Amino acid sequence: MASVLLLIALLPAIGALCNGVRAFARPLQPKNRAITNFFALASTGLSAVLAAWMLIAYREPWEHSYFTWIPAGIGHVIGKSLSNFTIDFALRIDPLSLTMLMIVTWIGFLIHVYATGYMAHETGYTRFFAYLNLFMFMMLLLVLGANYVVMFVGWEGVGLCSYLLIGFYYEKNFAADAGKKAFIVNRIGDFGFILGIFLIFNAFGSGDYSKVFAMASAHPLHYSGTATAICLLLFVGACGKSAQAPLYVWLPDAMAGPTPVSALIHAATMVTAGVYMVVRSNVLFRLSPVAMLVVAMVGLVTAVFAATIGLAQNDIKKVLAYSTVSQLGYMFLGAGVGAFTAAIFHVMTHAFFKACLFLGAGSVIHGCGGEQDMRKMGGLRKYMPHTRWTMLVACLAIAGMPLFAGFYSKDEILSGSFAFSWKIWIVGAFGAGLTAFYMFRLYFMTFSGEYRGAKVVGIETSEPEHGGHDLIPDQKHLDQGDAHLDKGHGHHADVHVPHESPLVMTGVLMVLAVLSIIGGWIGWPAALGGGFPTPFQRWLEPVLLPLGEHQFHFHEARRWEELLLMALSVGVALVGIFIATRFYKRDAQWTTATRLATRFAPIYGLITNKYYVDEFYNATVVRGTIVFSRALSWFDANIIDGLVNLTRHVTVFVFGHGSSLIDTFIVDGAVNGLAFTAGAASRLFRRMQTGFVQNYALVMGGGIVLIAAIYLFLKP
Amino acid sequence: MDIGILNVVTYLPLLGAAFILFFLSDPRKIRYFATMVAAVDFGVSLFLWWYFDPTVGGDRIFQFRWTRDWIPSLGVKYDFGIDGIALLLILLTTFMGVIAIWSSFSAIDYRQKEYYVLLLLLQTGMIGTFCALDFFLFYVFWEVMLVPMYFIIGIWGGPRKLYAAIKFFLYTLAGSVLMLLSILALYFFNDGGIPFLHINGLGNGYSFSMLQYHNIGHLIPVSLQRWIFAGFFFGFAIKVPMFPFHTWLPDAHTEAPTAGSIILAAVLLKMGTYGFVRVALPILPQATLDWLPFIVGLSIVGIIYGALVTLVQKDMKKLIAYSSVSHLGFVMLGMFALNPMGIKGSVIQMINHGISTGALFLLVGIIYERRHSRMIADYGGLAKQMPMYATLFLIAALSSMGLPALNGFIGEFTILLGAANRNIWWAVFAAIGIVLGAAYLLWLYQRVFWGPLDNPANKNIRDLNRRELGLLVALVAVMVWIGIYPKPIFDLLDKPVEYVVQKVDPGYFNNLPAMHVAESK
Repeated sequence: MASVLLLIALLPAIGALCNGVRAFARPLQPKNRAITNFFALASTGLSAVLAAWMLIAYREPWEHSYFTWIPAGIGHVIGKSLSNFTIDFALRIDPLSLTMLMIVTWIGFLIHVYATGYMAHETGYTRFFAYLNLFMFMMLLLVLGANYVVMFVGWEGVGLCSYLLIGFYYEKNFAADAGKKAFIVNRIGDFGFILGIFLIFNAFGSGDYSKVFAMASAHPLHYSGTATAICLLLFVGACGKSAQAPLYVWLPDAMAGPTPVSALIHAATMVTAGVYMVVRSNVLFRLSPVAMLVVAMVGLVTAVFAATIGLAQNDIKKVLAYSTVSQLGYMFLGAGVGAFTAAIFHVMTHAFFKACLFLGAGSVIHGCGGEQDMRKMGGLRKYMPHTRWTMLVACLAIAGMPLFAGFYSKDEILSGSFAFSWKIWIVGAFGAGLTAFYMFRLYFMTFSGEYRGAKVVGIETSEPEHGGHDLIPDQKHLDQGDAHLDKGHGHHADVHVPHESPLVMTGVLMVLAVLSIIGGWIGWPAALGGGFPTPFQRWLEPVLLPLGEHQFHFHEARRWEELLLMALSVGVALVGIFIATRFYKRDAQWTTATRLATRFAPIYGLITNKYYVDEFYNATVVRGTIVFSRALSWFDANIIDGLVNLTRHVTVFVFGHGSSLIDTFIVDGAVNGLAFTAGAASRLFRRMQTGFVQNYALVMGGGIVLIAAIYLFLKP
Repeated sequence: MDIGILNVVTYLPLLGAAFILFFLSDPRKIRYFATMVAAVDFGVSLFLWWYFDPTVGGDRIFQFRWTRDWIPSLGVKYDFGIDGIALLLILLTTFMGVIAIWSSFSAIDYRQKEYYVLLLLLQTGMIGTFCALDFFLFYVFWEVMLVPMYFIIGIWGGPRKLYAAIKFFLYTLAGSVLMLLSILALYFFNDGGIPFLHINGLGNGYSFSMLQYHNIGHLIPVSLQRWIFAGFFFGFAIKVPMFPFHTWLPDAHTEAPTAGSIILAAVLLKMGTYGFVRVALPILPQATLDWLPFIVGLSIVGIIYGALVTLVQKDMKKLIAYSSVSHLGFVMLGMFALNPMGIKGSVIQMINHGISTGALFLLVGIIYERRHSRMIADYGGLAKQMPMYATLFLIAALSSMGLPALNGFIGEFTILLGAANRNIWWAVFAAIGIVLGAAYLLWLYQRVFWGPLDNPANKNIRDLNRRELGLLVALVAVMVWIGIYPKPIFDLLDKPVEYVVQKVDPGYFNNLPAMHVAESK
């Protein structure tokens, strides 16, 4: 089993390697798409099949260490003795990782299939699938890892793939900017995550889930002090990856990537990693009421805040992006109020219906020749019936209509929050109403009424197939001027007749639509005649370890209370749908909506401009860092290096030239002085050298006399 | 006759240099011969690794010892021996030596003979420094390194090469003179004492043996230790370079030829950090603890300051040079966590920085050869024109910013794990450097490779040729290997790091660390 599990993770990596090498070795030549498809689909498909087998064969949690990865050495553990800080490359299977494994492999596989149709005309086709497979590998490491460090590898790895795929159209500045922004904002989150990991090592002496949670579960009081710091730091990481306030800003920009990427990475899987991490660490979070409250509040605020922005976006992918941020907020709300299973349940149903919505949006964009502005769509139900039906199902699911998947998971979250506080429930239910409104606004703007894109009858036949998708139209879109062109067909004419997408795309949509209905039934609530706890709750129960003596209890509401809450939240959603119908379906000219927008122009402006959060960050954090860095750079070149050069100048001029003066006048002066003395003496003695023999004879005679006299005189 | 395998690995490049000097004149032959010599030397160092026994601990961790009397009247010995730390750095030196020499084929087009002779001579100097276990010998090799690098920058460098070369030479020389003073202080203390300071010696006679000082270090009075540490600190900190002694580095890197930058970043900077771990920490334990807050402070400032200054550089080579200041800050921080995680991470990060930053300098050199510009503003959209180059640049950048599954992460993570275990706040501040690391590298990458290819001068650039591809693939292979399976390296470090921790903090493994483990907030 252990080797099968490793194979599940490695297969996509092998696919990525094969396609990656092909893309790398001959970057400019077109490659055989069939071979690319084989590597991409066979690897993910086989991985998904093996994952299913893993689920069937599952009996009890187990983990396996494949090799020692980082044997860091002996460290100190707070309040205890020494511990060997070793990190293994280890994978783990338990209900939580199996759930995530199934979501990731199967949704991932479906989206790979869809992408073979959607990306068919891209020149970077093979490169795209190499990245996408690499993403699958990293995501599998993230959810399968048996310790926080392996999770962190996957965590940063999916961030890298997200960066590469957002920047897939790297020649476009907005795509390049969006990719970089996603990576850096995520890194800010990772800053918290990695510090959380260090605190876990300090407190537990290990990063293995089994050890950490067993210790925390056995001695809850001992660890409750550090748990708050650990959980808050981990949650910073979750906020980055799962796009929660205040770090959500990268996700809407991430829509610059191709639409299958938005569906897979920025809706169904990667962005839910933060929720997975919080639920995975539920033992630690439950030790800290403060951290739980923070998680719930951040989730709630994000859920409603992002939903309000979603109300007024005109780019179909932007609406879905803000919707994703908002739905992720609900998941954190669930986790924060202790409804951990509900959070994972919503991760699952959201993966179904949001993938369906994004892929449906991709189909719409594909069919409209790269158009993403919903104001230029409309009436597509005639042209794209399959896309329309599947989108409708997904919209009903996200709006929380009974029988559809989103109803069950959202209801479980709201029910859990009501048990926590009725105030939270009210805000959450209000957000659900907003969700229903903006989703049906999207649906009606896209599919109802008449087609508003310029169209010329007959052009369709003159279009052979879609042109190269890599030719992205350069015109900017109407709203806010931030270009967000995902793809274009490179049609030579400005006009286009919408058309339904090929079966490889609509087929995937249908599968996801079916899942968006039945996917929720596994959590059928007790109030509607299901068992308590629900099958899904029972399935995840082994992950929710007891704290000391206290077993984990699922919240069981009174039946009438539960039914009332359900009726109220469905009612709110229906109101949202009703308003959307009045504004965007019945009223073909959108007069009411436009009038409201004009009357409340300041508010409307605030919302369409996303509360100017990006502008605020740019003006403060980004500008601030750059200005400060420039100042430091100046300081470095002029002050620090200036001191070095000053030393040089002091040495050269003061000591050097000073010594030179000393040398000239004192040292050399002494030498010269000696020479002068010698010269003067010489001049004196020169006079004796007359050159006349008689003078010399005289002196010699005198000398002899003198010496003789001295001799005689001194003789004793 | 036992000639000593360490002598082989050290002097083989010197012999090669001599051979080139006397027997070769055709530049083509010189190039290939020099590459071959470096490659054989790398092979010999692999041989060393094969025969090295990483399980030996205690005083016998220094293996392949080769000891002879050299100047008996002064107590100078010729003493070679390596532990796991030195072995790793020798492997790095010989590997990057091959890369550096092989990378110079097209970059150096004048005075080729002198160039390759100097590069090989430099190899001997660096390897000798890592092998030396005698202070006198250590100092000789330390200074031998300086001269070839001075000429390499000064002769084959860029426009301001003379300024950069002289600055490099004088700055580091100033440091090494202070280091020499400290060596002499140890030397006299070991014998008769230092009369004018009224410090009595131990009466052990004349000795320059590092291993002897490892054992008597704790006997040195703390007041004297502090001063000796100060001398070593300036010698090593300038070489590292630690903030604020770093300003020679951007100039030297920017002006040096590509191979010079590679060697400078990969190996020469490691001399400083190696000096700390080999000399300052084990010999001067109390002074290390006294100096620790100061050094940790400078390291953290260096990490953040270096990263911020890196962010706004306009010259690619200068940008990478400044990023070294930040990375070496991590190395110093890990070392001064004084626990096994920190020191292991520190040594691994020395290796990683050599590989990653070496690769980045090589990459910048490749583009410079084609376009004769290092300014970021001259580029943009290169990914379209040079896809292979762009891919490998990205991998090198990711490795440098510490992406998991590549080498940089192993070093940074282990360093921060060690630092956090000592004091979580050190990790908090240092981790800011990780965020900034992503910012400056990705911003660089975006400006050079992404966006439209709108500079006409870039529209005809060739992608990598086979030689360049081979060089880069070799480097990337090492990055991936260390990132995924670093255990062989950790195994090599296990005993030497334990040895260092035992010397500097004897109570550590008895759960009595000299500094208390900081309680988390």
